Amino acid sequence: MDHSATTAVDPEVTEAMLPYFSERFGNPSSLYTIGRQSRRAIEEARQKVADLIGAKKEEIIFTGSGTESDNLAIKGTVYKNRKKGDHIITSSIEHHAVLNTCKYLETQGFRVTYLPVNKDGLVNPDDVENAITPQTILISIMHANNEIGTIQPIEEIGKLAKEKDIPFHTDAVQTGGKLPINVDAIGVDLLSISAHKMYGPKGVGVLYMRKGVRIEPLIHGGGHERGIRSSTENVPGIVGFGKAAELAKKRLPEEAGVVKLRDSLIRGVLEIDDSYLNGHPTKRLPNNANFRFSYIEGESMVLNLDMRGVAASTGSACSSTSLEPSHVLLAIGLRPEEAHGSLRLTLGLDNTQEDVDYVVSILPEIVNKLRMMSPLAR
Amino acid sequence: MTDGYSEKVMEHFANPRNVGEINDADGIGKVGNPVCGDLMWIYIKVKDNRLEDVKFKTFGCGAAIATSSMITEMAKGKTIEEALKITRSDVAEALDGLPSVKMHCSNLAADGLHAAIKDYFEKSGKK
Repeated sequence: MDHSATTAVDPEVTEAMLPYFSERFGNPSSLYTIGRQSRRAIEEARQKVADLIGAKKEEIIFTGSGTESDNLAIKGTVYKNRKKGDHIITSSIEHHAVLNTCKYLETQGFRVTYLPVNKDGLVNPDDVENAITPQTILISIMHANNEIGTIQPIEEIGKLAKEKDIPFHTDAVQTGGKLPINVDAIGVDLLSISAHKMYGPKGVGVLYMRKGVRIEPLIHGGGHERGIRSSTENVPGIVGFGKAAELAKKRLPEEAGVVKLRDSLIRGVLEIDDSYLNGHPTKRLPNNANFRFSYIEGESMVLNLDMRGVAASTGSACSSTSLEPSHVLLAIGLRPEEAHGSLRLTLGLDNTQEDVDYVVSILPEIVNKLRMMSPLAR
Repeated sequence: MTDGYSEKVMEHFANPRNVGEINDADGIGKVGNPVCGDLMWIYIKVKDNRLEDVKFKTFGCGAAIATSSMITEMAKGKTIEEALKITRSDVAEALDGLPSVKMHCSNLAADGLHAAIKDYFEKSGKK
């Protein structure tokens, strides 16, 4: 139950990719038959990804990952517009791909406003409006949060950005394939998604770039992807992304079933004493449940669940290389000791009610065992 | 970082030894801080200069729980002097090593034991 970390590649996706490792190995830039075959496959995949988010084919740039798409969107935009201004608006709960890119840009002379969120993890559009200055050259607010699942009011923020004519980027890595996305309806200029979160392969991302939006490339070379992202194309990966996007679009209605499972999981787990839900009760990703349990620590919960065959994750400092508790949990106002007790369970289309019932049945024992051991528990 | 745990760490984590409190403990060592994610309380019972019983209560990650469990095993039956010689690295070694990132934050068990002995000295007026 850690689908927000990554998903298994769908067998149909693998099948679509396989020929492009061997018999159809051509370089899409080559003029002969197998080269043209690869080119065609890429363009078909581009169309499928465009269809998933209501974009035009020419607005899709393939990259190496969601993180690269975020970097390209943010650095590419501010480098292009540095004569117009030096100010970026983002939120304090972005993924590190956005947050650390912004922190880097601060070292390069840009100024960044990190907007706070409320206790449910929501950005207030009024705060966005108040933060805008004549020097603002980019707004980047995530579509939904990867840890606590909160979905942001990005339509409203998109409207504000449009009124002020400021490029607006959203990191939609967690929502791509899970929520219906229409780039015109949400009013974004740039949007990042990643294949491996929607049953596609790792190592391939997409940056949607609205027609007319200009950015600086970060990788220079042979002029691939309209000069925005040089590199010989990852043909099997791109084909896989195309297939994954096609399947995701078809399966969007099935996410309603995931919501049911999620709510059943949340109800079941909250039966445990001194347990709480992190994030917004309803404005949250269909597959995300994030809890915190008083008196115990998250990594030891994750390890106990793993011993019983359940994959989960935590925002505890003890499970991160930085040894810092999750910046998201701190931003929603939790104390560090509360953040350490967090547990994230993220569902996928392959989870069943039996899986949920199993977790709901074993979690109380695990929590009790750790509380018996904890000097903080009464 | 769960990837770096040895089998021995996981074994102690799954089946921790000597969990609990000693109601009439002769010394209690409290180390760590819940803000950082690790809090360890070590209880000792002393008889004839030997640690007759050692128990623990710990809030923390896999390494924190495993090192707590390990130190109770290592210290039980030892003389006070022997127990004071147990170091952090002895505990880590006995567990076939700890991930480097855990060496400082979660390897508090030896400190906890020493704090419990210090508490015993203070309470009993020895040393």
